[in-house]
Amino acid sequence: MEYHLKTPLKKNDINQLQAGDIVYITGNVLTARDEAHARILELTEKGEPLPFDLDGAIIYHCGPLMKKTNGLWEVVAAGPTTSGRMSKMTPTLLEKHNVCAIIGKGGMQDVSESLKDKCVYLAYTGGCAALAAESIRNVCGVYWSDLGMPEAVWSMDVVEFGPLIVGIDSKGSDLFSNVQKHAKSVFFGYLRANKG
Amino acid sequence: MTVNITRKKVVEATIDILKKAETKLPDDVINALNRAEVRESNPVAKAQLKAILQNIKIAKDNSVPICQDTGVLIFYVEIGCDLSLDFNLEDAITEGVRRATETIPLRPNAVHPLTRKNSGDNTGIGLPDIKYELVEGDGLTITVAPKGAGSENMSAIAMLNPTEVVSIKNFILETVLDAGGMPCPPLILGVGIGGTFDKAASLSKSALLSSLDEMNEFEREILHEVNCLGIGPMGLGGSTTALAVHVRTAHCHTASLPIAVNIQCWANRHASITFRGD
Repeated sequence: MEYHLKTPLKKNDINQLQAGDIVYITGNVLTARDEAHARILELTEKGEPLPFDLDGAIIYHCGPLMKKTNGLWEVVAAGPTTSGRMSKMTPTLLEKHNVCAIIGKGGMQDVSESLKDKCVYLAYTGGCAALAAESIRNVCGVYWSDLGMPEAVWSMDVVEFGPLIVGIDSKGSDLFSNVQKHAKSVFFGYLRANKG
Repeated sequence: MTVNITRKKVVEATIDILKKAETKLPDDVINALNRAEVRESNPVAKAQLKAILQNIKIAKDNSVPICQDTGVLIFYVEIGCDLSLDFNLEDAITEGVRRATETIPLRPNAVHPLTRKNSGDNTGIGLPDIKYELVEGDGLTITVAPKGAGSENMSAIAMLNPTEVVSIKNFILETVLDAGGMPCPPLILGVGIGGTFDKAASLSKSALLSSLDEMNEFEREILHEVNCLGIGPMGLGGSTTALAVHVRTAHCHTASLPIAVNIQCWANRHASITFRGD
């Protein structure tokens, strides 16, 4: 199935999606990668407020390449980064904040329980930074710029952002893990055959 | 013999080849991606390859970087034995990197390994990484190969038991399997076999500069096994896990069998320029 969704995403928008579906998003996304995740968790643990709102937010695992023209930020290239690096921090983040979708690449490990009934993991084609930049229409703001351009949190408005493949749906079905299971069985078959 | 190669020319050439490498993929890579898109029957895999090809076209038309991970910058420099230069070559290339970071622009990716402080201009201790080779004549060839971290992080090296030649393929397959969708397949695999710990790694990296159209039987065999894993573009399943495998070998100690697999994402970016001495 193919879906064209607008933010803020509703519970039904999330729960209807199944692993393997194609999604296009219009609305607001917040970039966050390694350092931003670490800081979100640190401030949350201390009970301190965040400078942006994660309630109903879409997190985009992305370290964009930006350019400042006449005092305004413009996106040059903004494809997804490897989500696997955020796997360990994501369950705590989802427990404390009501994030409804995560966009990234390469899949995530051991997060499907934390996603259940509230969030989906969407895969954007890795490396497609020029394509992504075309659907980012507005840079609304930047937070934590002390972390450096790639690690800062950028708030962006996107239009028909995709194609995004539902990698992990809110019922726990994980396309990446199914593909990996199959690949593993092929590999072990190969090992057995080669040992004679 | 000194020539018409000036510092200014090298700085400008560095910016030019960086711009070319970051915004346009070599034809052999684009052709391989096109063939894969036609061949794939899995609709999700086909959608991934279509997006990649569309992205390559937008980057070229708009002259913007193909990927926001503009990489760490690796240079291969071939210097003619008869060439003498009246300026510091390394300094000129580094200056080119600084200026290209601002003008193309490139994402500042270079950080101190421990403090993680970003230098802001893609230079730092050991960066750009410049590798020199002496060649015949009085020419100078500079090649840049920007390397993204997503694929670099999934690379692996092993010191195998010398009686385990049969394990070489297993190690390559296992490395690709463990990487899954994380290094942005379809991949190009550089494999270094033999030499020493560092030699194997260095061979595996320079192997990535080879044309995708030139593979020997051993390399094709590995490519076939890799694609049988079914990881597919972006790890979402499909028959295109890799586009090419390139193996480089070196003699090694009788007690050693080093093997390195350098993983490259589909954005196998590189560009060169050659100066001739007069």
